[in-house]
Amino acid sequence: MNWQAIRSIYTFEMARFFRTLMQSFISPVISTSLYFVVFGAAIGSRIDQVDGVSYGAFIVPGLIMLSVMTQAISNASFGIYFPKFIGTIYELLSAPVNFLEIVIGYVGAATTKALFIGIVILATSALFVDLQIQHPFAMMAFMLLTCVSFALFGFIIGIWAQNFEQLQLIPLLIVTPLVFLGGSFYSISMLPPVWQTITLFNPVVYLISGFRWAFFGMADVPIGLSLLAISGVTALCMIGVWWIFKTGWRIRK
Amino acid sequence: MSEILSVRDLVKRYDDGFEALKGVTLSIEQGEILALLGPNGAGKTTLISTICGITEGTSGTVTVGGHDIVKGYRDARRMIGLVPQEISLEPFERVINTVRFSRGLFGKPKDEAHLEKILRELSLWDKKDNRIMELSGGMKRRVLIAKALSHEPEVLFLDEPTAGVDVELRKDMWEIVAALKASGTTIILTTHYIEEAEAIADRVGVIAKGELLLVEEKQALMTRMGKKQLQIDLSAPLIEVPDVLSKYDLQLVQDGTALLYTYDTRAERTGITGLLADLASAGLSMSDLQTKQSSLEDIFVGLVAEDAA
Ligand SMILES: Nc1ncnc2c1ncn2[C@@H]1O[C@H](COP(=O)(O)OP(=O)(O)OP(=O)(O)O)[C@@H](O)[C@H]1O
Ligand SMILES: [Mg+2]
Repeated sequence: MNWQAIRSIYTFEMARFFRTLMQSFISPVISTSLYFVVFGAAIGSRIDQVDGVSYGAFIVPGLIMLSVMTQAISNASFGIYFPKFIGTIYELLSAPVNFLEIVIGYVGAATTKALFIGIVILATSALFVDLQIQHPFAMMAFMLLTCVSFALFGFIIGIWAQNFEQLQLIPLLIVTPLVFLGGSFYSISMLPPVWQTITLFNPVVYLISGFRWAFFGMADVPIGLSLLAISGVTALCMIGVWWIFKTGWRIRK
Repeated sequence: MSEILSVRDLVKRYDDGFEALKGVTLSIEQGEILALLGPNGAGKTTLISTICGITEGTSGTVTVGGHDIVKGYRDARRMIGLVPQEISLEPFERVINTVRFSRGLFGKPKDEAHLEKILRELSLWDKKDNRIMELSGGMKRRVLIAKALSHEPEVLFLDEPTAGVDVELRKDMWEIVAALKASGTTIILTTHYIEEAEAIADRVGVIAKGELLLVEEKQALMTRMGKKQLQIDLSAPLIEVPDVLSKYDLQLVQDGTALLYTYDTRAERTGITGLLADLASAGLSMSDLQTKQSSLEDIFVGLVAEDAA
């Protein structure tokens, strides 16, 4: 392994993040506060409690997941797409590095950024609502795995995309709807029966449910299923990356 | 001297079926400077990209320092520095950071002193904290060179290093290349400027349409293909070349006021003595004599034209 190269890619990518640190920090703080104003105050005054948890606290795990997933995807996809776009990819291709090292560097940086934002949102939320985390280790592990798997997914999108439209397409068309309909702001049990069934085909439901379990000890689906889902998503993304590596897909001409 | 780069029967066919390299074989000695000349689209960049790992060859083998570029890609690529033809740099990044990045990417430990030395040599030290987008075009090209040199390569590829560079900077570039050669670096450069090849290369290769037409010592090439011309200015103009001089294959130029004699410098006899004697006996008086040797440019133009025919 060329550890030096991994470290170089990682620090170079993180430097981009630090350049806009204030922006990276302030935007999740503001958007979280807005969510609390809109959902917590407006809707929360009508929905008092969900399964014994105040509505304000109930939406926190979903809120974190929502940001973490979209951030991991956009950071990783942009991170690898940008060098392709401006041509600096030549250096990665001519360097003594293998695909795995490139993946670790880019996905590692995207994971770190998403994790940072997740923690900022968690801290901001604690200012608005009373939060008790029942399984803190499980919570961190869940968040980390989500960051890794969605960053891997973002990396695949970044490699695949040939233009900026394609780069936005999958997150916009698939990921955002799945995340919004994944029970971020409501409990599955609040839906009509037909929709409850349909919802179970959405993998994000299992991730959010599992994450919520780590907070409050209660979930829409059994925690075992959530663990299976997060492992499955991570494994699928790893296979996707491995397949790109095997076929040299769209990187080397 | 020992061979440092070996290219054998290299074929590159792009996805659209276009064959950009049609079986190129080339051997490069350690420490030499090879200039690749060839018209646009000849395959120079393709050849360099394939050796450096940016594109994959369709068939054939390449070794760098004895390491196969596919099986031993790590060892092979560690030895190579590449300055691409296109300027591609991250606009918001600072000069020093992108150079540090390159060094790390090639697996070399931090060495700020080395980076300072390179940046100073390339007159970039006072710009080290500037963003790339704040640099001029020529400076950006030098940043690319600094990146390529950051990991101390033994073989350096310069793809048109002086394209769009002013005269002064071009001379600077030649000096940098000379200094690198003195430190033992092997250099392969492409150029459209023949005087550039003439000025700095040890050997010259000519590529056209994906084929390497020749690779030769610059000096040998110029002598081998170098024809000399003797121009004889006449005191009085002629209407045609007198019959007695027909065996010399003379050309009448400048409205009949001068005769042009082309001869081969390698031939045992140039025929000049005989010609001058015959001129005198034909009663022609001359006002001046001058000789002219063909340059690489003439040779190059001749070769490419021959190939096209
Ligand atoms: N990605 C590609 N797909 C298809 N054809 C390509 C590709 N890249 C280059 N070519 C073709 O290969 C040929 C050689 O191109 P190359 O860039 O190697 O030329 P060159 O000798 O470097 O020319 P120049 O002096 O203009 O830089 C050209 O005909 C070009 O159109
Ligand atoms: Mg070229």
